[in-house]
Amino acid sequence: MSSQKQPKEGRVLEVRFVGDEEVLQHIVDKQEGVKGKNAVQILVSLKTPRKSEPEDSEDEDHEVCNEQDYVEALGTAAQASELARTPGKSVKFTTADSPPEEVTSPTRASKRQSTQYKTPSKGKKNQFVSTTPHRLRKRLSAPNLRSDSDSDFSPSNSEEELEAEEEASKLVPESKPASKAPAAGLYKTPVKKAKKVPEPSLVEEYFEAHSSSKVLTSDRTLQKLQTPQLDQDTLCRLLDGTSTAFSAELKQLNKEHERLFHKWMLQLQLGFNIVLFGLGSKRTLLEKFRTSMLLGSIHVVINGFFPSITIRSILNSITEEVLEHEGHFRNPLDQMDFIVKTLKEDPDLQLFLLIHNIDGQMLRGDKTQQILGQLAAIPNLHLIASIDHINAPLSWDQFKMSQFNWLWYETTTYQPYIEETSYENSLLVKQSGALALSSLTHVMRSLTPNARGIFRLLAEFQLENKDNPSYTGLSFQDFYQRCREAFLVNSDITLRTQLTEFRDHKLIRTKKGADGVEYLIIPIETGTLSDFLEKEDKE
Amino acid sequence: MTTSSVSKGCFVFKPSSKKKKTTSLKASDYFHDGKADSQNSESRFETCQSLWQRMKAETERVQEDLNTNILDSLLEFARKSTASFQSKTDDWASRMRASEIPTAALVLGVNVPDHAMTFQSLSALLQESVTPYVVCLQSKECSALKQVLQKVLVQLMGHSVCVEDDDDEEDQSGPRPTGIPSRKMLCSMATLCGWYTAVTQKSASPSPGKKRLSSSKGCGQRPPVVVIFKDLESFTPRVLQEFIVISSQYIQQLPLIFIFGIATSPITIHGMLPHSVSSLLCIQLFQSLSCTQHLATVIDKLVLTTTFPFKLSGKVLQVLISIFLYHDFSVRNFIKGLQLSLLDHFYSQPLSMLCCDKQEARSRAKELSHEDCENIRQLPSFMRYVEKQEPEIQVQLLTCDKRVKDVTQSLLKELHAYHKNYYPVLRCLHALTSSLPKYPLGKQIRELHGICLEKNVWETEEYESAFQLLRMLAKDELVAALRTCTEILKCAKKLGDAVEKLEEFIERFELLDRCSAVVEMGQEGEEELPPQKGLQKKTDLFQLQKSLLERESRRTKKLSKFELLRLAVLDCIDSIVKKHLLPPESQPLHEVFYYSSAGTLRRHLNAAPRTAIQTALNNPYCYLQSEALKSEGGAISNAAPDICIVYKLHLECGRLINLYDWLEAYATVVAAAEGKDPDSAAAAQLDDVKHARFIRAVSELEFLGFIKPTKQKTDHVARLTWGGC
Repeated sequence: MSSQKQPKEGRVLEVRFVGDEEVLQHIVDKQEGVKGKNAVQILVSLKTPRKSEPEDSEDEDHEVCNEQDYVEALGTAAQASELARTPGKSVKFTTADSPPEEVTSPTRASKRQSTQYKTPSKGKKNQFVSTTPHRLRKRLSAPNLRSDSDSDFSPSNSEEELEAEEEASKLVPESKPASKAPAAGLYKTPVKKAKKVPEPSLVEEYFEAHSSSKVLTSDRTLQKLQTPQLDQDTLCRLLDGTSTAFSAELKQLNKEHERLFHKWMLQLQLGFNIVLFGLGSKRTLLEKFRTSMLLGSIHVVINGFFPSITIRSILNSITEEVLEHEGHFRNPLDQMDFIVKTLKEDPDLQLFLLIHNIDGQMLRGDKTQQILGQLAAIPNLHLIASIDHINAPLSWDQFKMSQFNWLWYETTTYQPYIEETSYENSLLVKQSGALALSSLTHVMRSLTPNARGIFRLLAEFQLENKDNPSYTGLSFQDFYQRCREAFLVNSDITLRTQLTEFRDHKLIRTKKGADGVEYLIIPIETGTLSDFLEKEDKE
Repeated sequence: MTTSSVSKGCFVFKPSSKKKKTTSLKASDYFHDGKADSQNSESRFETCQSLWQRMKAETERVQEDLNTNILDSLLEFARKSTASFQSKTDDWASRMRASEIPTAALVLGVNVPDHAMTFQSLSALLQESVTPYVVCLQSKECSALKQVLQKVLVQLMGHSVCVEDDDDEEDQSGPRPTGIPSRKMLCSMATLCGWYTAVTQKSASPSPGKKRLSSSKGCGQRPPVVVIFKDLESFTPRVLQEFIVISSQYIQQLPLIFIFGIATSPITIHGMLPHSVSSLLCIQLFQSLSCTQHLATVIDKLVLTTTFPFKLSGKVLQVLISIFLYHDFSVRNFIKGLQLSLLDHFYSQPLSMLCCDKQEARSRAKELSHEDCENIRQLPSFMRYVEKQEPEIQVQLLTCDKRVKDVTQSLLKELHAYHKNYYPVLRCLHALTSSLPKYPLGKQIRELHGICLEKNVWETEEYESAFQLLRMLAKDELVAALRTCTEILKCAKKLGDAVEKLEEFIERFELLDRCSAVVEMGQEGEEELPPQKGLQKKTDLFQLQKSLLERESRRTKKLSKFELLRLAVLDCIDSIVKKHLLPPESQPLHEVFYYSSAGTLRRHLNAAPRTAIQTALNNPYCYLQSEALKSEGGAISNAAPDICIVYKLHLECGRLINLYDWLEAYATVVAAAEGKDPDSAAAAQLDDVKHARFIRAVSELEFLGFIKPTKQKTDHVARLTWGGC
């Protein structure tokens, strides 16, 4: 077929690409070989019981495979990579109505587009070459070791040509099922497949994923899309249009949760605190609880997911707005003591604290949780909170747990986390930089013209180099030179003072280069930066 | 007013004062299920609250009782060390000792939340009877030496001001030697020392009020300063070391006593402090009561008693105990669980208003409403009871409310009587079996109680083997056990006949003792004869063997008097057990007293948030009962919510995930769900909506903590979870 004979001069890669017919033959050979070797291998291998399985599944694979698959399998046999476990490898997505042939596995879709990353999966490989997994792996990664490892396989073989072929024959069956497994799974016998191939145990999976320090995945990036990144506004606009499926069921689910409101109020007043967990945003639920139950009493709503919330602001809003205390506190502990004392003196004052995401990024710290725990332990302060992070309970040790006195309620809502993920902090959303830009202009306005000029110089230089991937920043000496030429500074001390100010405002960052020289960069998106410069120009 | 903003995260809502007055609701207003059923629910709430108050008081009393021993010995220690401070004997040993700081290492166990109460009562007791100067330090307030000193000074000097205000009113004119430490004041040990000498000299000066005070405290004019380190393990070793070294410099002028609260083992002291520091301390070890003993007492006083009508079913008790044993060892949490189950019982069971004392319950039963009667008829246990009655009575029970009320009264009475007998018999059985080898019926009485709650205890194998062992008991042990049994049973009025029977047995055992000597003599004589005869005959090995076997079999067949008596007494006990240790489920109307929804309790006390999230992601059908989501064997419908699909796809990846590939895989799955031909160009093409949905799903996964952005490679994320579902 389409595979060509690789020139042998390379000597580094012994893998040769061979035609289909040959491959078929070799597979048969190999199976026999495996059987023949059993006698020897049984002594060293603990995995012999599995041996009968691969044959069956392989046979099936033969029937369903098409030539295209072969090319891919062969073309990439040499790359051992983890990305073989591309999404969708063995996930089954059942469709109720469409015939199974029409279901496309994601793997297949991606396969069509590129062949460069199709590689055998190690997990699968174990199944098929269970006799010598280690050795084969070695061969795949470091074929030069062949000379010492080959001897047990083919002691009589001295001819390189033959040997290489055998290599190929061994590699082919390994790689093929792996790349084809999803296709087979989807086309033909999904259930059977699932039964036949025992899932590698979770422990094995973990160590496999972490066994090599180098992770190989495909090199494709989101730049290939027409719209690599959406900004928050577009995202919201697009998502507003989508209708939510299962609205009836979701409503039902919500109704069940709402039935608990009375119970929550009761338990809150009897000294328990309530924490909600489960998939889905619990914001609307808590908001509903607030509007239906808490309007008659003093309450504080805290958005724990808010990116710049601090324990101080929480305590301040309690002391200043709830307790109407004027004056400052030296530290949160003092403030805490004050709150405890005041609330103790006035037992009629019932204060409800409603924290969305008590496990929020900014509230995760041990100190913060300690203070929140102390707050929760006050008898006439009632706390109802939600958690979403899977490891959230780890932030509470036994002592804090007893302070919080939680009652857990599972409230799975399946509601999208709209508000919680809306602060441009998620990884796929384009940082439009609206916030950054406005803060930048504000800071700039308070600076002297010279300082503005200095910053501008750096910004322009950075923009000039925006297409240079190895740009590490402008070195201090260069920068000083440029500033001098532009008559912006007269000594490097002036420049350093200026830079310190920039650094305090987080406008620049310094990095030590490999040569020990300081490099300066502006940690702001290029788009935002050019917007900023344009705006400056206009003024 | 909205609660979302890009500039702040805290929103305070204060209702206008007018509104506040009209809508101030108390806890009782939320007690009903949202239904208007006020009268019943109110009385239920009151019953619940009063019952809880009583239970709480009881737990506190138990705690105090348990702590008395250890607290007494600690007080004794404090007094003794004070005395050694004051005795000015001049021998070498006491001078050596004088330079060491007396330290009590108080090992309290890992159940840290329970410690707070112990420390509270300890410091109260110390202040009452040894010294007014007690300082409690917590590790979280003491991250640096400066803070430690500050804390000590503030607590001591602030305290002394209070004392003066109370006691020295006639001493107003004199200048105050101390004041609240100002912010600028230097916090140092020297300051403290100066303050201490000033205070003690002042109290030594002839002021009648003071003299009375100090003499009543019984520690002379130099009361020690006690510093309690509540959680020694969490202190920074460095801070602790420095504090100890500094303190030891001042020990001559300032009689200090340390108390270390230790959760793990006393070895930690030596782990934290090098020898040079620990040699400055004179450590005495105090071991507090273990938490399991504490739990046993609490269960004994709260659960295994007729004092409180509220009862826990076997499953609930098991949940609470396993949370205790496998999670926290915290008695406080156990009591919290008890409180929750009490609350939930009264909240969810409308008939729980009958769950009160006997008299009260009877009068309430007389005034049952029609609805309540209907509720009673619905109870499974009551239905079983009705089925056993004569047909005409059945009809009456099902139609006439008055009849139901009468029967309810008598049934409640029976239930109370049942409990009155149940607990003594349970204790009695426990007394008999708790010392058997391998503890077939459990070492702790709660285990036996658990078995008895679940099923007929005499049908279990454990009971069988326990009685087999009992049948082999020696006389002394058996009689002793029987004695304790009669003691226990005497407490119950209605078990008089059982007590009488057992006492009779004991008497007969004793009688046996007295005449046994005579009988044995006779027996021996009897038995001795024939073999002698046999032996005198000419020896025949076969004959000998035969006669020996014969003797053996005769012996097994013929039981001694003691053995017969033993069997009889055990049969008697067996019959008592069978009569009184019936599981509560067999009793009609048991639902009124027993709280049985163990699942609820476990979900609220011992939840597994991560499992819940992963179940929701893996199997949305669990939560959304839609046919479209039904799927078998680990597969997931492609109509599932986006986040489920994206999660499922991510499970297939290695350590790093390429976002582009992920997106593509997602798009393909969703296209299939929309019924498009996956091979057509339209499906391959990504529209913006799908892209946006993907972005949201990925952001949500990041928010939940399944993935995180990584810089290792462009457009990749790192996977964070392995295993689990």
